Amino acid sequence: MNDFLNDWGLTLAVFLPLLGAVVMMVIPRGEEDTHKIVALVSTLLSGAVGVWLLFNFDYDHSHKLQFARSDSWIEVINSRYHIGIDGISLPLLVLSMFITILVVIYSWNHFPEPHNPKAFLALTLVLEVGMNGTFVAQDLILFFVFFELVLLPMYFMIGVWGGEQRQYAAIKFFLFTLFGSALMILSFLALYFKGGQTFDMPQLIQVAQANISHNTALWIFGGLFMGFAIKVPMFPFHTWLPDAHTQAPTQGSVILAAILLKLGTYGFIRIAIPILPEAAHTWAPWIGGLAVVGIIYGALGCLAQTDLKRLIAFSSVAHMGFVMLGIATLTPVGINAAIFGMVAHGLITGMLFFIAGSVKDRFHTLEIRRLGGLLVQAPRLGWILGFCAMASLGLPGLAGFWGEFPAILSAYSPAAGMSEALFRTYMVIASVGTVLAAGYLLWMFQRTAFGNPPEEFADHHIHDVHGPEWLAWTPMLAGIVVLGVLPGLLLNITNPAVMAAFSRI
Amino acid sequence: MLEHAWVIPAITFTSFWLILFFGRRLPKGGSEIGILAVGSTLVLSCVMVAQWVGRAKTLAVGHGEEIEHIRGPVDNTVRWFTSGQFRVRVGTHVDGLTVVMLFTVALISFLVHVFSTNYMEGDRRFTHYFASLSLFTTGMYVLVTASTTLAALFGWELMGLCSFMLIGHWWEEKPNSNAALKAFFTTRTGDIGLLVGISILFWAAGGTFDIAKINQAALSGQISHTVLVVAACALLAAVIGKSAQFPLHTWLPDAMAGPTPVSALIHAATMVVAGVYLLARVYGVFWVGFHIPDGGFNFVAAVGATTIVIAAVLAFVQRDIKKVLAYSTISQLGYMVMALGVGAWTAAIFHLFTHAMFKALLFLGSGSVSHSVHSFDMVDDMGGLRKPMPKTFATFMVGSLALAGLFPLAGFWSKDEILLGAGENGYKVFMIVGLVGAFMTAMYMTRCVYLTFFGEYRGHGHPHESPLPILGPLYVLTVFSVGAGLLNAPFTHEWFGKLIENETFFHAGVATHDFSVPDALISTVVVLAAIGIGYLLFFQGKLPRGVTARQPLARVGYTFLANRYYLDHIYTGGVVGGISGPIARAAYWFNQNVLDGIVNGVAIVAKKFADWQYKYIDQGAIDGTVNGSGHGAEGLGGFFRTIQTGRVQQYGALLFGATALLALALVLTV
Repeated sequence: MNDFLNDWGLTLAVFLPLLGAVVMMVIPRGEEDTHKIVALVSTLLSGAVGVWLLFNFDYDHSHKLQFARSDSWIEVINSRYHIGIDGISLPLLVLSMFITILVVIYSWNHFPEPHNPKAFLALTLVLEVGMNGTFVAQDLILFFVFFELVLLPMYFMIGVWGGEQRQYAAIKFFLFTLFGSALMILSFLALYFKGGQTFDMPQLIQVAQANISHNTALWIFGGLFMGFAIKVPMFPFHTWLPDAHTQAPTQGSVILAAILLKLGTYGFIRIAIPILPEAAHTWAPWIGGLAVVGIIYGALGCLAQTDLKRLIAFSSVAHMGFVMLGIATLTPVGINAAIFGMVAHGLITGMLFFIAGSVKDRFHTLEIRRLGGLLVQAPRLGWILGFCAMASLGLPGLAGFWGEFPAILSAYSPAAGMSEALFRTYMVIASVGTVLAAGYLLWMFQRTAFGNPPEEFADHHIHDVHGPEWLAWTPMLAGIVVLGVLPGLLLNITNPAVMAAFSRI
Repeated sequence: MLEHAWVIPAITFTSFWLILFFGRRLPKGGSEIGILAVGSTLVLSCVMVAQWVGRAKTLAVGHGEEIEHIRGPVDNTVRWFTSGQFRVRVGTHVDGLTVVMLFTVALISFLVHVFSTNYMEGDRRFTHYFASLSLFTTGMYVLVTASTTLAALFGWELMGLCSFMLIGHWWEEKPNSNAALKAFFTTRTGDIGLLVGISILFWAAGGTFDIAKINQAALSGQISHTVLVVAACALLAAVIGKSAQFPLHTWLPDAMAGPTPVSALIHAATMVVAGVYLLARVYGVFWVGFHIPDGGFNFVAAVGATTIVIAAVLAFVQRDIKKVLAYSTISQLGYMVMALGVGAWTAAIFHLFTHAMFKALLFLGSGSVSHSVHSFDMVDDMGGLRKPMPKTFATFMVGSLALAGLFPLAGFWSKDEILLGAGENGYKVFMIVGLVGAFMTAMYMTRCVYLTFFGEYRGHGHPHESPLPILGPLYVLTVFSVGAGLLNAPFTHEWFGKLIENETFFHAGVATHDFSVPDALISTVVVLAAIGIGYLLFFQGKLPRGVTARQPLARVGYTFLANRYYLDHIYTGGVVGGISGPIARAAYWFNQNVLDGIVNGVAIVAKKFADWQYKYIDQGAIDGTVNGSGHGAEGLGGFFRTIQTGRVQQYGALLFGATALLALALVLTV
């Protein structure tokens, strides 16, 4: 069994959900319960493989590619089915599996209009294939295929199950991301032709730097930057995000925030920086600058919002700014902070979107002005919102802190050769961002949860957190606390890989 | 026990979870768990004090001939995590300062717990309240036992969270939740400095959060002075926020919106002294960074001195008894900060200790009064309460006199040491400010006592003496308010100081001074004069009536004070209002119209171009030239028609194909 999983574990983890989706295709649409069970079982199976991977991962050698396999795929362009995980991809892969399971559980009785669990869950499963695949791919073309695979299901999720302006939001999301992807594949092709006739990431890391002149590398990095920065999204390429989030159904928002955004930052850490470290060096101060602008700008955007979901969406811009600041330092401390920030943001903002969805279910509005007194009518839901707000503003002891503070810490001392004065300025600006975060989150919490319920809802019976919600949320809440108290659980996995990949930059 | 100091926060942390999950099912609503937990930490902290006293003096400190032996700190740390090449440890660092702080926190917290069982009886969220108290106490324990700045930050922010929950305990009313938010924001604003300062010191000390190593690096000159100044300024910002120093003090009076025992715990004796504790703990950074031993002037002392006067003045114009105590707290925190600024380290901690006792006594006393008259308004609802509430009155009097600094009560000794230190260390101006502050303190407390306990009762209903759970804590605190000062008096050979003075203290070479009778006499005269004048003004009614009505200047002054120097207007209206209002709206407008405008504009132009291409090139030119091969044109036309219908897939495929071609061209030519 172990031998089998060593060879096929990752492949199974990626494609089991696809199998589920195929099975669902042949089941009639009316049998909703069967669909739910098939979807749950296939995500759970994939998750079980994930657990096996967690237990069999060699943490002492987390910088080495593990469970790897490389088979011929598209020989004519020398692109191979090369997959494998190291300490950087493992946490994100597990996060992706974990979130999808919880999304399926949450969906149990939360299907948005126009209902249709069959299509909705099948799309969720296809999404998971794309997300998992992106985190295991070690070949640029394979990476690209998975990276693009997530677009369609998300497009349909927003476009079909979304809010009133779903069409606009879906097209915007799709085209914006595709625009970045186009530039990204352009860079991939350039890497192939200039870098050594290969799409293999580990090989490119070895040879690309030497083969490509600095000027060309800067252009190639620029293309990669556009592809990844739009996905993150970084200021000023973020405008698709608030619309997509606001219009997407709850599950879509959760997956979008928790996993999809990480594809971009992961791309930086896995591809752009290791393959072209010198170009990254030249680009980093600009990336750092956009990151801190994003932190402040996202926070200001939040303060101007009147819609709960849109506010959370904007907060992602700010939080991903911290992640990008960590990445821009090009130091192990900063990259560790970034990975931690990615996982923490996945849990925390994912939770916030879940809560927003549940609020919408109960009050049929997300207009902050119309809400209030949540703690009176649904105290548990209210306190969970408060807890997540605290986690989101980076309270020590909860996961968000370890994405935020170490990013600030690392900015004091960026990689050798970069302007300390500049990055220290970034450090201070980012710290100011933490106050603004407290501002918009607590202000939101005060107006939705404190006080007495507004008149229009005063007589409504509001159901407090119920079964599927507890099932979906408890693991995330626990994760936020556990990672907050024991950051070593995650850092022990990432640090050796990060040290191996980034200490030479 | 000294090695296992972590047990203390662990107990109250467990208690928090137990109360949260099981509190409601218990007969006393969870308060019994809280009292048991805090009570046992009180016992353990007493054990720790005893063990510390009994510890052998093995650590040699000092230079050359003046080698002295003191008790060495007890460290107990474990690996927490590794990031980059840095191994970060977490654990406890116990020295005299720690054990004294633990005892102070445990004692006050325990008494507040007992007091609250009666005071908060029947509250809508009784169980929540006790859970928050436990968590809050945990935060302070974590802070004072932390061996690293990072762990200290945990305790620091945990207290911020709990103060948010406790100040906003009655969150149904908007003013309460506003006060909670204000406290959190304001301290968080100062925390910018904490994050920056911790970061700077981490790198400057060679990649460590360890406080002892940071102090050592600062004092040994390993860190450049410029870096130390910046780090010290950053940390000072955090102190100003947390310890409510001018100009970030405005959250503390508002924080009186919380239940009164909470005010005693958080806003007098523990949380607000976190800033002072931090200053004292990483003293090496301030000592070198601000040139504290040089005398004359420095930033820390200036902040403290300004706060003393600014807050004391405001205490005169308050009607609410808790607000008087709140401003008094700010003012007394100013003394502590100033003391650290002028190099009177021991005096600062000693004042922290004595102040915790008598200020908690006063807050709980005001709670006892309000429990009886159901109001905090001294002018409208109090007066003459010494008759119906003789026990509360007696304890409140002791607390007031101790605060005023009358010999031989606790406040006298600690305040006197601060003034002495300021004078002897070359900070004469600050000594005078301290004396002015002492004068004002004695006077506004005279007013407060008069309005509350003397004259005629002006309220409604029938005031009555409070029951034992409320009076008990008052009695205990009265004993400490009388006796605590003697712990560091000449005839006890400065026992307290010898207990707390630690490695950093000796390594820096902080000066100590013997008790001076003339100085003590001066301050006693000042205090007596203030009480005397206060007696004439308030008791005898010699205060010129209607002075604000006749004198325009006095009216302007009064308005200025009544509006608290307009600082709140500047913060709420200017800073907060500006950022959350116009600035945020402008940023969002930019987002929606400029950035999104570009995005939508590109889309519209692309669509227009496609239309144009279809109409003129496809249908006109191409269709015209390839008129014969209708089949192909139809296919092409159909392709472009699908674009117009907005089918995204084709749209994308087109874009994608175009860039792929572009890519190939680029790759071949570059």
